[in-house]
Parts: sequence; structure tokens; C-alpha cells
Amino acid sequence: MEKRSVFKSTWLPILFAAPQLLLILLFFYWPVTAVLNWAFTLEPPFGGAAEFVGLDNFKEVFNDQLYWHSVMISIIFAICGPLTAIFIGLVLALAVDRELPGSGFFRFLYILPFAVAGPAGGMAFRFILSPERGLAAMLNEIQPDLWNPAKYGSHALAFVIIIFIWKWAGYTFIFLLAGLQSVPRSLIEAAAMDGSGPIRRAIDIQVPLLAPTLFFLLVTMMTEGFVGSDTFGMVHATTRGGPNHATELMVYRIVDEAFQGLNYSGASAQSLVLIGLIMIFTFIQFRFVERRVHYK
Amino acid sequence: MAQIDIRAVRKSYGKTQTLHGVDLIFPTGEFVVILGPSGCGKSTLLRMIAGLEEITAGEIAIGGTVVNKLEPRERGCAMVFQNYALYPHMSVADNIGYALKVSGVPKAERRRRVEETAAIVGLTDYLDRRPAALSGGQRQRVAMGRAMIREPKVFLFDEPLSNLDAKLRVSMRAEIRKLHQRLNATSVFVTHDQVEAMTLADRLVVMNKGRVEQVGQPLDIYHRPASTFVAAFIGSPAMNLIDSRVEGGAVRLGSAVIPLAPAFAGLEGRTVTVGIRPEQVRLAAPGTGLVAIADFVEELGAGRVVHAVMEGQPFAAAIGAEVRIAPGQPIAFDLPAEHLHLFDRETGRRIEIDGEPAQSRAAAATLAPALS
Ligand SMILES: Nc1ncnc2c1ncn2[C@@H]1O[C@H](COP(=O)(O)OP(=O)(O)OP(=O)(O)O)[C@@H](O)[C@H]1O
Ligand SMILES: [Mg+2]
Repeated sequence: MEKRSVFKSTWLPILFAAPQLLLILLFFYWPVTAVLNWAFTLEPPFGGAAEFVGLDNFKEVFNDQLYWHSVMISIIFAICGPLTAIFIGLVLALAVDRELPGSGFFRFLYILPFAVAGPAGGMAFRFILSPERGLAAMLNEIQPDLWNPAKYGSHALAFVIIIFIWKWAGYTFIFLLAGLQSVPRSLIEAAAMDGSGPIRRAIDIQVPLLAPTLFFLLVTMMTEGFVGSDTFGMVHATTRGGPNHATELMVYRIVDEAFQGLNYSGASAQSLVLIGLIMIFTFIQFRFVERRVHYK
Repeated sequence: MAQIDIRAVRKSYGKTQTLHGVDLIFPTGEFVVILGPSGCGKSTLLRMIAGLEEITAGEIAIGGTVVNKLEPRERGCAMVFQNYALYPHMSVADNIGYALKVSGVPKAERRRRVEETAAIVGLTDYLDRRPAALSGGQRQRVAMGRAMIREPKVFLFDEPLSNLDAKLRVSMRAEIRKLHQRLNATSVFVTHDQVEAMTLADRLVVMNKGRVEQVGQPLDIYHRPASTFVAAFIGSPAMNLIDSRVEGGAVRLGSAVIPLAPAFAGLEGRTVTVGIRPEQVRLAAPGTGLVAIADFVEELGAGRVVHAVMEGQPFAAAIGAEVRIAPGQPIAFDLPAEHLHLFDRETGRRIEIDGEPAQSRAAAATLAPALS
């Protein structure tokens, strides 16, 4: 048994915890109560007390075709983005872990995008992937409109997914590299003696041992994809939900509706649905993926 | 046929050189033990044979093929690691069978061979377990099974027993030896435990600071250590090494004067180090031979070792359990001339004349009349 020290006084521990408690109350519980309140009430447009409307706000949200479209693309976004970001991070981490010449430099380079805020990255990509200039322009010369996110919804969605991947691959890379470096060197050597080449070793030994890290990244990245402030920022800085609502991710729609449309009630109802969706996904992950993760 | 030839092999990490030109030949089917203190470069040498460490200079050939540029898997070696390096996420069966899986052996045959191997190393009942659910000894066996299933030409062991308790170590030692006889592969076994080395080796390589000090059969090395390093390193308790000088055809050790055979006349005036093993020292009548002051006594059960001081130099002797010695008491020792070893004080190398050690000459001289 570990020995614990016990505070005799009641006030001292509360005093220590107070700043943190205050922050949580102020920035989490208070907004959450406000959201809960708004979701079930309606503010009269010209002032006065809010009116309780039961599930009306939700009914309205669910009856909106555009809302279901938003849910669909959010799910696509939160699956394609994180999976690809993790996959790219994994490949880069495996490469850097081999300690080939120059790996230190590349390690630095790969982490760098993570330090760039989502909107800034989005701005950069507006130029990088703009159909009129550079790389994409060359593509469009082969055939007009081969790449035009301003015109085609699917291109626009791919566009924001690419920015997400670009930003988060570096983050997954750090975690995966740290995970790889904690795999004992002798295991890799034993596999090499057993006749296994670098790729085979990665698949048979390194990736299975990384499973806990991969699982952690899957959960956090998908949550980020659904509600990350950077996800909002990326859309906001590039497509602004367009063209024709094609990139109107749930999180973007909520912020847009609340602060542009000033529809707090609708936005709050949508927030609650989004939280529910994240809970369902996280539950699925823990229920079906986590069991297969090998912790010891 | 898998003879291992190591020719002028060097290893440097950056500027620091850890192996300074090693030349060795390990004949096919021999059990070679590389022995040396920690940090002398044993593992480095072994890993260079395995292909896990680049060869800075020189050449290693296995079965006549130079392997410097070959990948580990192309060298036909199997290795047992000190920490076993078992794959934690695989069952015992998968661990043992991994090499076969990689080389594409069909499932049915793989299964058969895994079971066969498991039977040899006594793991039949544990095939479905994960390594975490095994004892140290069992893990050791998995590591051995994994190495032998490929029927390698060369078996490499890097201190495979050092994580086991003393008793298990003895029994695993016997098993490794049996395994070697059965597989008849060339085995290279690295250890810093001299008992392991003496009991296992057909051929013993003693290394020190990145150099080979001596190569030979274990008993040969024990009886004729090539340098003061080997003399002190092999044997427990360690050999007594005392600085002296050849004067008047004899060496003087404290109060004792031991005459050398006439063949050593050429050494007159040389500074030497004289060695004698504690177990070959005898108690003498008080006042004769070498006199030393007892410092402390080590109980070994079957006997005891008295550690004494003679003119400021430590001197140990194995004595029977029946003799009582108190610290501070002067003791007289008799040093049989036939058990003396002579080393050059400057170089630390053994002094031999015509390949015969000094003391055996002396012994031959004293024995000769008796035999004729
Ligand atoms: N990657 C490395 N970089 C620099 N020096 C190293 C490296 N690996 C080993 N060395 C050095 O090489 C020398 C020999 O190491 P080695 O592992 O071969 O020793 P050893 O004889 O096996 O010792 P032990 O009995 O402790 O295992 C040591 O002095 C060690 O510090
Ligand atoms: Mg070692």
C-alpha cells in the first residue's frame, strides 16, 4: 500500500483547489448551464423573459435538410481527417525512428505545422491550393476544373480535410515517435534476426505495440475533428462553409448560427446533438476498439 | 559448414574506438565463450557477427562468405538476447514460430515445427500464453526455442543467463550445452561470469578493453594465463600477483626465496610479477616460507579463504575448514615452485621459455630424479 498524507484542516485543500474550481465554474459549468437553458427556451426577439418551448428547438433543427447534410459531412470529415493524419504521422514516425541520416532535421520539420494555428494554416492553403495559381493551376491546365474548391463541394470538403491533415499529422507524429522510441530496441533487433525486414517489422512488431497510442490519438483526433476550435478556424478562414453549404461542418454551423444569425436557441440545441454524437463515437471506440488494444 | 573468421575487426563509435583489431577463428560446431569484464566490447563483437552493428574495419566471414555488407537475416545466425526480447503481444507459439512465418512456411508445417521445438525446450503446456505470464526461466526457454527453430548455422548468446537466479542458471547452463550438442551449430556465448565460461566453453576467448587477451581451452587458460589480466580474471578467489625481481636465479617474495629452473637464467635482474593461485598455497611450519599477517577470513562452507597482507600487498590463500586463524595473526605459507607463474612486470605478458612455464621446468627438475 502506498502511504498517503492526509490534510487535517478542511480549508487548506479547498483553498488550493479554489482557483481551478473557479475557472471550471466560470468557463465550463456556467456556459453548459446556459446552453442547456437556451436549448429548451426561446428568447423573444424584442426582449422579455425567455419562453420555455420544450423540444421545439430540436424539432426545428431536425427538420432542416441542411442540418442533416452538415451531420453527414462532419462525420466524413471526422473520420477521413483523423485517420489520414494518424496514418501519415505513423509513416513519418516510423521513418524518423530508423534514425537514418538527417532524421533530426525532419523531426523538427514535421512538428512545425502543429505550431501554426488552424486559421493561419487555412490562409496559407488558400494560396497553396488556389485553382488559379501554382500546383493546382498546373492540374487545371490538363483539364479545366480538375481542381476547383470554389465551385465543387466535394473539392471544398477535400480542401478542408487536407488542411486538417496537414496540421494534425505533426501532432500525431510526436506521440507516435515517442511511442516508437519506448519500444525496446532489442525487440526490433530480434525481429531482424528472425528475418523480418523494416516494413514487416513495422507491421508485426511496432504498430501492435503502439496500439494504446494509436487508440488515444483516434479518440482525441476525432473529437478535435468534430468540435475543435481549429476545425472551425480552418473552415472560417477558407471556404466559410461553402460552396452551397458543402463544408458547413457542425461546429462551423453552430458558431455561425449563434454569432452571425444570433439564433442562440438553435445553436444550443445543435451543440447538445453534437455532444451526443461525440459520446456515441467515443463509446463505440471504447467498446469495440479499446478491447483489441493490447496494454500489457 | 559455418566456421566464423574474424579478421582485424575494429569498431569505433565516433572517435572512441571500442575494438582494437580482433583476430579470431571459431571452427564449425565449436562452443566458443567470450569472457571479459563489463564494457570490454564482448557484446559489440557478438552484435557485429549478428549484423546488428556495423563493422568499422576488418572482415567477418561466416562459412567462408564475407558478411560485412549482409543484412542480419542473410547471415544464418540466431541470437538469444540478455533480456530475451520476446514479442510481448504474441503468444509463446507465435514467438517461436515468427521466423517461420516471416519466411513463408505454410501454417500446418509451422505448427508442427513449433510443437516439436516447444517439446525440446519443455514449453508444450505454455504455447498459448503471453510472455508476461511466464517465469524468467520459461521466457529464457522461449527465447532459445525461437532461436533454434530456424536451424541456424550459428547460435549467438549475449549473457542469456544473467537475469536468472543462481540455481536456474546452473540448470540452464546444462541445457544450453545439451542443445549445442544436439544442434551442432557453431555457438558463440558472451558472458562475464567465469564459472559459466569455464563450464560451457570448448574454446574460451578472454577479452579486455577491446582486445583479445588470450584464446584457448578453458583449462589451458586456467593453468597458463597469458597475462596478469587473465591470471587475475580467471579463478576465484583471484590469483595472487606479487611484484618481485629475479636475483641470483631466484625470486624473492617477502621472506620466501624461491629458486627458478636453470632455463630462466636469462631473466637475471628482470622485474617480474609472480603469480600463485590461492588454492595452491599451503600452510607451512611457523617461521618458514612466506610470512603474512592475516587480515580477515572468508567462510565458503566447504573451506575458507584467508586474506592476508604481506609487505603491503594483499595475499590470499585457501585453507581447510579445520584451521583456525584469527585476524592479526602471522601465518607462514609454502609456495610450491611448480605452481608459480611469471609475468613481465612492464608488459604484463607471461614469461615462458620454449613454450614451457617457469614453474613446470622447476617441477620437472625436481621430479626428474624421482622418475628415473
Ligand atoms: N552506441 C554506442 N555508442 C558509443 N559507445 C558505445 C555504444 N555501444 C557501446 N559502446 C561502448 O563500447 C564499449 C563496449 O560495449 P559492449 O556493450 O560491447 O560491452 P560488453 O563487453 O558487452 O559489456 P557488458 O558486460 O557490460 O555487457 C563500452 O565501453 C561502451 O560504452
Ligand atoms: Mg554486453
